[in-house]
Amino acid sequence: MNSVLEARDLRLVLKGRNIFAIDQFTLQSGEVMALVGPNGAGKSSLLLTLALLQTPTQGTILFKGQTVSRDNLFVLRRQMALVFQEALLLDTTVRRNITIALRIRGVLGHEAAVRTDRWLERFGILDLARRQARQLSGGEAQRASLARAFALEPEVLFLDEPFSSLDYPTRKVLLRDLGGVLQEMGMTAVFVTHDPTEIPYLATSVGVLHNGRIIKSGKVQEVLGTQLPGREEFQLWPD
Amino acid sequence: MGVVVEGFREAFRLLVTLNDEVLGITLRTIQVSGSSTLISVLLGIPAGAVVALNRFFGRAFLIDLINFGMGLAPVVVGLAVWLCFTRYGPLGMLNLLYTPTAMIVAQTIIAFPVVTGLTLASIQSVNPKMRLQMLSLGATRGQYLLLLIWEARLGILAAVIAGFGRVISEVGASMMVGGNVRGYTRVLTTATVMEIGKGQFELAMALSILLLLLNFFVVSVMSRLQQRGKI
Repeated sequence: MNSVLEARDLRLVLKGRNIFAIDQFTLQSGEVMALVGPNGAGKSSLLLTLALLQTPTQGTILFKGQTVSRDNLFVLRRQMALVFQEALLLDTTVRRNITIALRIRGVLGHEAAVRTDRWLERFGILDLARRQARQLSGGEAQRASLARAFALEPEVLFLDEPFSSLDYPTRKVLLRDLGGVLQEMGMTAVFVTHDPTEIPYLATSVGVLHNGRIIKSGKVQEVLGTQLPGREEFQLWPD
Repeated sequence: MGVVVEGFREAFRLLVTLNDEVLGITLRTIQVSGSSTLISVLLGIPAGAVVALNRFFGRAFLIDLINFGMGLAPVVVGLAVWLCFTRYGPLGMLNLLYTPTAMIVAQTIIAFPVVTGLTLASIQSVNPKMRLQMLSLGATRGQYLLLLIWEARLGILAAVIAGFGRVISEVGASMMVGGNVRGYTRVLTTATVMEIGKGQFELAMALSILLLLLNFFVVSVMSRLQQRGKI
């Protein structure tokens, strides 16, 4: 497998506080990595740094072998997509949220319309296309946010606790849907969660962050073991 | 009470008969206040966005100045512009004193901090994560700014409404740099002050009602724009 994203000697210090220090990070093509850890472990900061939205204090990031620099930041960002915990949709219709994102990436006209419809349908919200984004329920809005991210056809998809603000039934259905799409597309992705029960639905590998360091990483089975129990039975990081 | 009734009657008569002088004053009011609002918007929205999105030395002091400017007394602005444009002032050679242009300059100085300050606050109130989301879409600096302005448009339209409301209702600066010249620089506010001075209360009331109607019309159009698609 080829590595899509690599980071070496990556450190982030904000206001004198060490947020994370990662010696080596590699994401292979088709890999879906779950970054788990307690609150304040540095998961979201690491995700934003890998998504090229946070400048690290130190270290190198390589995207498909190309070193990330100020000069190629925009071009490389356009090969990625990010979904946040809250569905951050523009204050317009669901359809326009996707077409505007595609326009930014230079996808226009028929191609944009086809992609928009395909992904709205794939996430079961084609009937909501004309609805104002701010009038959607939490689950519908997150589906729209995911449809937008997939319509961009990114090389790497980043998900920052995408389901943590949803109720359990909605989360379960959405997890299953997203897991299906990720597998079907062979998508490369990194997702942050503090809920280990989400891992088996989505991930092929796991990185456990604690105090800004990856203390454990590997295939899902290696890290979680053979059991797929309830959340309380996991002990992935020290108390 | 008689004055009030007479005022309404006179205003109604002026509106129905479209008296040439009153029509001219009203159109000049729209021209002067509309132009100054437009210039303030063209300068103030980008200025507010730049201050909101960048960190630089003296930023806090600049924000203090902008907020201070939102409450600038029109007569003080009028005096400053008068001093600039008077024959012996630094811009005296332009011969702009007692012209509609001088009034537009004064009103722009009054409206600019209002539009800038409220734009700044509106853009700062956009969820910081939304800003990251826009950047993650791959937006260039220009696209990012347009998306932010779109997201902050409720507040920005409020800024435009406030800026327009402030200039259309001011009298001190217009009187000072426009001179209330009949058929040339006379606007609804300066005409109202003059009619009160002459004891023509009915006409003053009629002009005031016209001013309010004009203000209400423009503000309601902008409010419709602002509230379109909102619950």
